[in-house]
Amino acid sequence: MKAKELEITGWGRFPRAKSLALRPEKPAAAAAAVRARPAGGLVAHGGGRSYGDAALNDNGHVLLTRRLDRILAFDPERAELVCEPGLTVTELQDFLIPRGFMLPAVPGTGFATIGGAVANDVHGKNHDRHGSIGDHLRWFELLTADGDFRRAGPEDDPALFAATIGGVGLTGVLITLCIGLLPAPSNAVRVTEMRADNLDHFLRLLTQYRERATYSVGWIDVLARGERFGRGILEIAEPAAESVPVRAGRRVRVPLDMPGFILNRWSIGAMNACYFHRIPALGRDRVVPLGQFFHPLDRVLDWNRMYGRAGFHQFQCVVPDAQAETGIRRLLEAVGESRAGSFLAVLKTMGGAGKGYLSFPMRGFTLALDFPARPGVRELMAALEAITLEHGGRIYLAKDSCLSPDGFARMYPALPELRNVLSRVDPQGVFESDLARRLHIRGDQP
Amino acid sequence: MSVASGQRRTWIVLGASSSVGRAFSRQAAAGGSDVILAGRDTDDLQRTAADVALRANCRADVVYFDAESTKDHAKFVDDCMRRGGPMDVFLLFGAMPEQQAIDQDFALALQTIGVNYVGAVSVLSRLVPHLEAQGGGRVVVLSSVAGDRGRLKNYVYGSAKGALNLYLQGLRARLARSNVSVTTVKAGFLDTDMSYGMPGLFLVAPPEACAKACLELSAKGREVAYFPRFWWAIMTIIKSIPERIFKRLSI
Ligand SMILES: Cc1cc2nc3c(=O)[nH]c(=O)nc-3n(C[C@H](O)[C@H](O)[C@H](O)COP(=O)(O)OP(=O)(O)OC[C@H]3O[C@@H](n4cnc5c(N)ncnc54)[C@H](O)[C@@H]3O)c2cc1C
Ligand SMILES: NC(=O)c1ccc[n+]([C@@H]2O[C@H](COP(=O)([O-])OP(=O)(O)OC[C@H]3O[C@@H](n4cnc5c(N)ncnc54)[C@H](OP(=O)(O)O)[C@@H]3O)[C@@H](O)[C@H]2O)c1
Repeated sequence: MKAKELEITGWGRFPRAKSLALRPEKPAAAAAAVRARPAGGLVAHGGGRSYGDAALNDNGHVLLTRRLDRILAFDPERAELVCEPGLTVTELQDFLIPRGFMLPAVPGTGFATIGGAVANDVHGKNHDRHGSIGDHLRWFELLTADGDFRRAGPEDDPALFAATIGGVGLTGVLITLCIGLLPAPSNAVRVTEMRADNLDHFLRLLTQYRERATYSVGWIDVLARGERFGRGILEIAEPAAESVPVRAGRRVRVPLDMPGFILNRWSIGAMNACYFHRIPALGRDRVVPLGQFFHPLDRVLDWNRMYGRAGFHQFQCVVPDAQAETGIRRLLEAVGESRAGSFLAVLKTMGGAGKGYLSFPMRGFTLALDFPARPGVRELMAALEAITLEHGGRIYLAKDSCLSPDGFARMYPALPELRNVLSRVDPQGVFESDLARRLHIRGDQP
Repeated sequence: MSVASGQRRTWIVLGASSSVGRAFSRQAAAGGSDVILAGRDTDDLQRTAADVALRANCRADVVYFDAESTKDHAKFVDDCMRRGGPMDVFLLFGAMPEQQAIDQDFALALQTIGVNYVGAVSVLSRLVPHLEAQGGGRVVVLSSVAGDRGRLKNYVYGSAKGALNLYLQGLRARLARSNVSVTTVKAGFLDTDMSYGMPGLFLVAPPEACAKACLELSAKGREVAYFPRFWWAIMTIIKSIPERIFKRLSI
């Protein structure tokens, strides 16, 4: 199959990988590509919205899935959709919402593909109530290393099912997926935003609303200190009864790599303060179209270029409820001390464990931060990893480019189960990625 | 043109498995037509048919079609016509083996001509009587700038596309008498499976944009157009180079 030499990165633009990219337009072509035993192995690459190296395979092949983009069945009675993996979340939502349905778990970017969403078992702002995407996956067809298609579901080869949900592409290429849907009474949500004055207040509000609200998410000002430490905005939302008109909304693009110094402690501090004070002290209430609510950042195309050519690191971990208070505090303190500054910091609750062996979710609090790739950041990431481990938490592979193999194995105790499945369906290691090598996921590397 | 009449129309998409064919089928269906997806891999075309039908709430059928087996084209056209209702035609199948491979294997030269030219003439000539009887309709053919001038790099393919373009000129004159428009779209580089990974391409156009142009140009009843449009300028220059000099160039 024809291949194209590409330099590929994840959304964080670090690391970079040189790969031969295959781009099948139908399942049979994808199967032929796998049967040809691509040199250096192969991994699926969807929307490229994971931040680190999950969808990269330096010196090997990647299989671009965006052209596998067909909707195959939609059944309103059973509330389910069957489709190919390369459709993006936004494309699917645009199909579903006018028909009264929506995806059950929607990540912060609509440019993620549904295949990539399953491969990372993504969660949205409704995790407490509805779980992650894997919880709604009814079955799939997977292109495995032998070039054949295998079907799996909760009853049908459950081990392969669990290995593929959150399996970061290592079991094969998802080719067809059947997803259970949620009803969407309208195209909008009613959003309430309120200030949280400090970390204690924030955690209290989150705890209070995780059971009550359908959607909840917090934004935290990492640079605030003293009695404002951990202040931020909590956003909760409920489906709106009536639809609102959606304007096509102009997209803006960051046209070039910004010089790295533009995002510094002071500029970020000023932006964070503006963001905080935007919300009146008594809170505010408004109706927002679903797309804007789920993907506020998608209006700015290529916003990752804000961080300059060196790219940036994203850190996301989840800490179980019991340890959350100290864990989140220690993480924020470590960030504060490092003075690395984080442009986007998100704090929210998670409802429970996912169905995949490598599913990220667990009941607890999740914190997401990003840092420009600058000297000192690696040390900070290592410190955050240690704090996460100490508090029984885990780091999200979709966001990661720094985790250590040892830390990984401790955070994901079902790893041996995944390895069992891999030795069955891909004994020769056809599916390979930079992430898998870095974290020794297959276990046979030094 | 009598395309605006109230009856629901059907686009026959010859080469529906191409990414341009997929995009065109979706867009035509979104515009209120039904579609017939014609091609060789009917299993896979069923997936496209499901997609098109679901998105646009229209009828989407799959009919087997192999451009090279011209003896079956009459039956193919009958099968399509049995659906009833007025038809429009989008022809975009094509094959472009490497010139070097063609040089070493005459069978490939025959195949290139057989698909791009003979196959097109064969199926169009079977469709023509029906289009004439309809007394209106549209034919759009996705051809190539390669048909404008024979080049070292792909002259067998180019000659087949060039012959196709000439054929379409005559067909246009014939069908004009029955109110059927014939639009030749000469494409530059498209970001499709055919050209994927080929070196030296520039300003490669997405298949969705190509499909949109094909629909719009034919709606306007345009005769011949370049897509993307700037290829008109490039080809004007390329065509103006004297043969004496052109033969030494390796473009
Ligand atoms: C702005 C932004 C906000 C985000 N917000 C959230 C959020 O709120 N919640 C959340 O959970 N995540 C979030 N993410 C992360 C993102 O949702 C995940 O990384 C998701 O996996 C990206 O999908 P993708 O199609 O871009 O996958 P890619 O990055 O291309 O690939 C990710 C992984 O999926 C695998 N994969 C892709 N396609 C297939 C396939 N067909 N078969 C098998 N494996 C496949 C790849 O091999 C790779 O391991 C966010 C990312 C961004 C950039
Ligand atoms: N790509 C470019 O840069 C470019 C530039 C100018 C013009 N064009 C023209 O654009 C048209 C569309 O091509 P594309 O770029 O979209 O490439 P493509 O993806 O390779 O599509 C070619 C199409 O032709 C079909 N086809 C080939 N041989 C056939 C046969 N014997 N019988 C029936 N169908 C056959 C293919 O069907 P199968 O799936 O069954 O093979 C496929 O649908 C072609 O006519 C091409 O010459 C392309």
